[in-house]
Amino acid sequence: MPISINGADYPLPDDPRVSLLDLLREREGLTGTKLGCNQGACGACTVLLDGERVLSCLTLAVQAEGREVVTIEGLTGDGEELHPLQQAFIDHDGFQCGYCTPGQICSAIAMAQELRRGDPSHVTADLASGPNGPTREEIRERMSGNLCRCGAHNGIVEAIEVLLAGEAA
Amino acid sequence: MSKLQNALVGGVRTVLEHIPAAWLPGASPDHLAERRVALGTQQPRIDGPEKVRGMARFAAEVPMDELLHAAFVHSTIARGTIVELDIAAAEAAPGVGLVMTHRNAPKMKVPPSIGLTSMKAAGNHTLPIMQDAEIRWNGQVVAVILAETREQADHAASLVNVLYDAAPSRTRFEEGKANARTPHSIQMDQNRLEKGNATKKLAQAAVSIDATYSTPWESHNPIEPHAATIAWEGEKLIVHDATQMIHGTVGSLAKVFGIKDDDVFVSSPFVGGGFGAKGLWDHQILGAAAAKLTGRPVRIRLSRESMHRLVGGRTQTEQRVALGADADGKLKALLHHGYATKPRHSITDEAFSQTGRSLYACESFDVVQHYVDLDLLANSFMRAPGEAPGTFAIECAMDELAHALNMDPVELRRRNVATCDPVSGAPHSQSDMMAAYDMGAERIGWDRRSPEPRTRSEGEWLIGMGCATGTFPFLRMPGTAARITVDATGHAHVASAAHEMGMGTATVQRQHAADRLGLPLDSVSVTIGDSTLPYGALAGGSSQTASLGAAISAASDKLAEQLLRLAGNDTPLAGLKPGEVEFADGGLRKIDDPSRHETFASILGRASQAEVSVTGESKAPMEMLKFSMHSTSAVFCELRVSEVTGEIRIDRLVGAFDCGRILNAQTATSQFKGGMIMGLGMALTEETLLDERSGRIMSTSLAEYHVPVHLDVPDIDVLWTDIPDPRTPMGARGIGEIGTTGVAAAVANAVFNATGVRVRDLPITLDKLDLG
Repeated sequence: MPISINGADYPLPDDPRVSLLDLLREREGLTGTKLGCNQGACGACTVLLDGERVLSCLTLAVQAEGREVVTIEGLTGDGEELHPLQQAFIDHDGFQCGYCTPGQICSAIAMAQELRRGDPSHVTADLASGPNGPTREEIRERMSGNLCRCGAHNGIVEAIEVLLAGEAA
Repeated sequence: MSKLQNALVGGVRTVLEHIPAAWLPGASPDHLAERRVALGTQQPRIDGPEKVRGMARFAAEVPMDELLHAAFVHSTIARGTIVELDIAAAEAAPGVGLVMTHRNAPKMKVPPSIGLTSMKAAGNHTLPIMQDAEIRWNGQVVAVILAETREQADHAASLVNVLYDAAPSRTRFEEGKANARTPHSIQMDQNRLEKGNATKKLAQAAVSIDATYSTPWESHNPIEPHAATIAWEGEKLIVHDATQMIHGTVGSLAKVFGIKDDDVFVSSPFVGGGFGAKGLWDHQILGAAAAKLTGRPVRIRLSRESMHRLVGGRTQTEQRVALGADADGKLKALLHHGYATKPRHSITDEAFSQTGRSLYACESFDVVQHYVDLDLLANSFMRAPGEAPGTFAIECAMDELAHALNMDPVELRRRNVATCDPVSGAPHSQSDMMAAYDMGAERIGWDRRSPEPRTRSEGEWLIGMGCATGTFPFLRMPGTAARITVDATGHAHVASAAHEMGMGTATVQRQHAADRLGLPLDSVSVTIGDSTLPYGALAGGSSQTASLGAAISAASDKLAEQLLRLAGNDTPLAGLKPGEVEFADGGLRKIDDPSRHETFASILGRASQAEVSVTGESKAPMEMLKFSMHSTSAVFCELRVSEVTGEIRIDRLVGAFDCGRILNAQTATSQFKGGMIMGLGMALTEETLLDERSGRIMSTSLAEYHVPVHLDVPDIDVLWTDIPDPRTPMGARGIGEIGTTGVAAAVANAVFNATGVRVRDLPITLDKLDLG
């Protein structure tokens, strides 16, 4: 079965050792997904796999067989209009150089869903009842796998709060 | 670096003391410091949509046919000779196109050294690159593998077998101190500054402190790895690079390969974080050499490990600071002595000894810096070189002095405000450190601080507050040029080989050009980022905004001249000289007479010209020698320390900055916060771990080198005085680096306030906090 990437079907790579990141960047020219460390330490390569965030450098492309991959390029479709979180990143200056940005955005979209589901995190006080709303501490803990070296952390958290507030409304 | 340099700089400064300020650049304040339309407003980044869509193309993403991918083999010893180099298995591995070693590498010259030889030099070290069998640091590249895919190249690299004849190496800081050298000057200043008898005054002071502070090797770790996509077209070299020194790379690669500058094209429109790291290192040179040998284009993208082994960082320092004061806290003596690692093949200075020279009024100074020569990777600039470690030592010492005096640390700074340069006596161009302190103290609620350490707690958490001064000098680079082209519709286009690493370069200079030329923002566009554009000096030393600003300003003067010439006599502007007109409402008008106005479009239309194009450049920065030009900041921190584990949690961070005028509130805030967060890393987590036995860096991934993550970063407040500097373009001084300064000291001082424990060795990890 092929891999669906942003709604289009792509064949599995001939070599089963190809990472999802290399499939995207090197073979299909989808360079919006960034390579920062290739070791699962920085989060720059985060994409959505069936709606969940994964580090594409630590995911084999064959693991995505028959599943839906959404990358930063897939958030806007063909239109000019930005995803609300992309716009919020601009409004709150949630980036400087822009290199970690696609990973931050993909990660935050899935994180919002984890919060909605009530998944607990390391800073959740009561694991049974789940997170006590989208506090800044919950957002920060859950986004800590996405490194930013320019220091746009405050703006990223503010942008994510806009997304969460929009969903709650 | 020499006595000759001391004499030259000293001579120029002496002459300048007698030259009226009115003759120098910035003689009259830039009117844009006050008359602002777009400048000073918050404008979103013009490249924002591209970046959030993932459409901004970085160096490793430039497509090319027939591309080969490079991987490196690094030496595993610090000194010695390669005696066996078995590449047979690597050459036979699948997909391999080339194995390059010193045996087959082309002849390459050493790149000219950055900052010393020419404005087009970018070399960070003076060692030959793959020209012989000698090993000079642990991590040096001994083989380059090119293969059809990166995985094939990495695999083949693992098959290269190297045998070394190891020689004795010097890799221990403590041992190196014994043979440290003392240069006559460092950067622009004499090294060993003695003013008054500091030793005597220290001994006689009513209150004194004397302590030694140390800061570790640190690595920039931008999230985008260093990368270049390289091709030769005949004798022409094309490099899509990630660099903050486009023209430096052009000039250096031309020298290395013995070709003309004009035959090197360097493009770098987006840089995924630089912080001083994105300069010319061995990888671009080796990539270009390998591409030359194979006749195919090459992509080199450094692994995190290669980044640590090939790209130098902030160097290790050890600094003694002794302060003497009278009972009222007035400084009588400042001694700042110390060591920094700087191998002999290194070019850049970690000039921590500059910091104490400008910050406070003091009766006597004794400042000297020694260099420890080790067989290590060359060190380099990292955000706020010099001042980042320098402010840690000086500002912790000030806190220790305040404690010894039983005086509020803010009050101690107030009593020692410098009204002119404390060493030379040169006037400040503008300086109001205490305005920053007052803003910051109010914002954080400094009056809540308990003067007695370890007196506030909540549960297991000890709570403390600290402050420190940050500082960074003003720098404007000569030579940076900008071309302004105005077309028949009245649209202005600005072009310069400037750099975008997240600072908002084009965004801010578009605001500048709009105000400079009397145009609405949407009538101005800006192109930056490749070597076909007018010369751009490096993006470093927080200088790019001032340098490019000066160039645009100079170009606008030429534009007025050109337009008046084109306008001729049949115009409301007839007979006016350039000094009598100003830009307004999409054209030129007579100063004080708005009725005499003509638009660009009208002038060009009548002259039947499609466009007018002029180039201006940033002139020699004589103002930097005549005036003492430094930005200052006041950094405040509130934090908690667990009495159980020693963990530190930063609750609040406030930075108040006196940096001249702020040009774009949004991008400026991000620059300040970004600098401060790097300061948090310096304070708490960052350290490049060196095995001193072998000279090998052990922390070569982001799992071992700990940069601040989201949970480490609190809400940060940024404030600014916004007082114009009358000597600078737009009244602004650089803001890219000062954010990093003072933060580590503010944290350390807050830790002392919380716990009563003084940690003088960065980073402040919990093992160093004995809370007994």
